[in-house]
Amino acid sequence: MASLKEVRSRIVSVNSTQQITKAMKMVAAAKLRRAQDGIMQMRPYAQKLSEMLATVSAGAETSGDSPLKAIRPVEKVLIVVITSDRGLCGAFNTNIIKATLALIDQKYAEQARKGNVEIFAIGKKGAESLTRRGMLVNIGYTDLFGRLSFVNVKLAAEEIMKAFTDGRYDAVDLVYNEFKNVATQIIHADRYLPIPTEARPANSKKAEVNYIFEPSEEEILTELIPKSLKIQLYRAVLDSNASEQGARMTAMDKATENAQELLKDLKLVYNRTRQAAITKEILEIVGGAEALKN
Amino acid sequence: MHLEIITPDKKVFAGEANSVTLPGSEGQFQVLNRHAPLVSTLGKGDVVIDTGAARQTYVIDGGVVEVLNNKVLVLAEAIL
Repeated sequence: MASLKEVRSRIVSVNSTQQITKAMKMVAAAKLRRAQDGIMQMRPYAQKLSEMLATVSAGAETSGDSPLKAIRPVEKVLIVVITSDRGLCGAFNTNIIKATLALIDQKYAEQARKGNVEIFAIGKKGAESLTRRGMLVNIGYTDLFGRLSFVNVKLAAEEIMKAFTDGRYDAVDLVYNEFKNVATQIIHADRYLPIPTEARPANSKKAEVNYIFEPSEEEILTELIPKSLKIQLYRAVLDSNASEQGARMTAMDKATENAQELLKDLKLVYNRTRQAAITKEILEIVGGAEALKN
Repeated sequence: MHLEIITPDKKVFAGEANSVTLPGSEGQFQVLNRHAPLVSTLGKGDVVIDTGAARQTYVIDGGVVEVLNNKVLVLAEAIL
């Protein structure tokens, strides 16, 4: 059985670990609230933008021949992987990386064999892990979350779009965690580029308003499409950020609970050892007294 | 007329205005009360709001504007 001193020092160390996990949980909770605020702030813009996109494309003669819609035979693939910059958030990053590898295995096995699959990593953890697995990783945007704002995400989106229109990639996919609630994240692996051409709704009622379009509908449309793509990426990053905080909160809550359990067990061992030591001492005294009597 | 300026990060302005001057991609233009329905792209430049009592200026970095039913909605990518 462990000595009293050993048990005592373990209790102290578990105690301080528990304090850390408890603090981390509370920090994550505060950050989660801020992350959710960010999502709420972004929503009106995203909604209005898609309304406007619908209005303009209803007015436009053609649905706009954007270079971002160009469908080419898929030779080179870029996968945008959004993970977190920090660890200690449960299986958050592991799941994303697993999903990315599964995506490559299933959808892009052939391209991967030729070495034509590249990763665009947003978040340090994904960048590190995928580099270790020997993937080609672009790590230009690994500290996005510290100063999360649309302006920074926009730059990443612009770089991706430029690489696509330049023909460096024929398809771009996006892998990220969608925030459902604190305990649940849904992993998405979506096509980002080229933009899927959806069937245009026939006579949507918005077309009845006689808008003045300046410059032309088509030109506005080619302006609006990149904007909505930027928002799409921004939404993914915000969602991932909120998911990360949620995952960390849950993980730290579990850790605090486990520490509590461990402490309970250790205290039991401590008391039992102490009791045993006292009993032994009494026995020795009684034994000594008995010996003196004779 | 009612004017709103929003960016993805926050709502910058919401309220009544007499007129607003916008940096259209084809040149600067002004929207007054009861303007006809309009959709236009915006370039980088100043948005000048005249609320009657005061004059406010925001510098935006591109965006779009929609005017409908005496409501002006500016979607700016960023406020500089």
